[in-house]
Amino acid sequence: MHRNRHTETLELGTLERQLLNDFQHHLPLTPTPYADIAQKLGTTEDAVLAALHELQGAGAVSRVGAVFRTHRVGASTLAAMAVPPERLEEVAALVSGYDAVNHNYEREHRINLWFVATAADEKQLTQVLEDIEQRSGIAVMALPMLEDFHIDLGFELKWT
Amino acid sequence: MNVLPRMHPDNLTDVDRRLIAAIQHGLPLVSHPYAELGRQCGLNEGEVINRLAALLADGTIKRLGVVVRHRELGYRANAMVVWDIDDARVSELGHCIGRFDFVTLCYRRPRRLPAWPYNLFCMIHGQDRDAVLERVRQIEQHCGLADVPHEVLFSRRRFKQRGAIYAPAPSGMSQ
Repeated sequence: MHRNRHTETLELGTLERQLLNDFQHHLPLTPTPYADIAQKLGTTEDAVLAALHELQGAGAVSRVGAVFRTHRVGASTLAAMAVPPERLEEVAALVSGYDAVNHNYEREHRINLWFVATAADEKQLTQVLEDIEQRSGIAVMALPMLEDFHIDLGFELKWT
Repeated sequence: MNVLPRMHPDNLTDVDRRLIAAIQHGLPLVSHPYAELGRQCGLNEGEVINRLAALLADGTIKRLGVVVRHRELGYRANAMVVWDIDDARVSELGHCIGRFDFVTLCYRRPRRLPAWPYNLFCMIHGQDRDAVLERVRQIEQHCGLADVPHEVLFSRRRFKQRGAIYAPAPSGMSQ
């Protein structure tokens, strides 16, 4: 694997592509899942572990792990703020500073700062949002999920 | 701030909570990752595997596997597409949109009038902006959404992205 200097995109080998595309779900629930993956792919456990380490180091993989259904564990919500452009970096840093915030993006809209906050329960979640509102002086719009229409089967990567 | 609606109470046991706390940063990249997780939460390997299978079966865990970061893999454009859909049709249309393989999330959320009239949200990733817009057109055509008010909010800067931290109870700030 190496990074293309012009596009800043990772260029990946066959094993890396297989790991990224074919194992976003159904990680084997066996004592040695990485050895089992290796066997399916005709390689060694060491090669699989090394490739995953490398992909994680390069930022292509955030983790090998579980994606939880929203609201089944703790309390969480999407939240958004209309931040004056000149204050965006400052307010974004304030928001990112919370352990409870796991995603925080600028989006092209008057309501320009979008983040996801997760806490152990609803009370703590409300506290976090109120705290952000108070410290920034900007209203926080909470948009919790009401219904999930998507079955998460991972994301099909298309290699060019 | 708007009031949050009541969340569904969960039926997790203390053992499940310990396991979730242990797995939230990812499975260790070692030969026996479930045994290693078990050491962190007082379970043996077999118990970890059985509990994870149960959490998958009841839908608490949607999937277990490699979690990719799209942007690093060349999917530079991502947009949150939001629609203002008649409440009577939101479920039907949500299921229609949620079926596309390039849609990575599709939720109904509350409107916040007057600032925010949209009640259906989905996330679309693409290699560039045109690819994302083409996918929005595909959805509109397939699900009959051509005349439904919508907006496409492309992401500009990513300030933070990581898996959610559920436990221990967050104390607020990390700085």
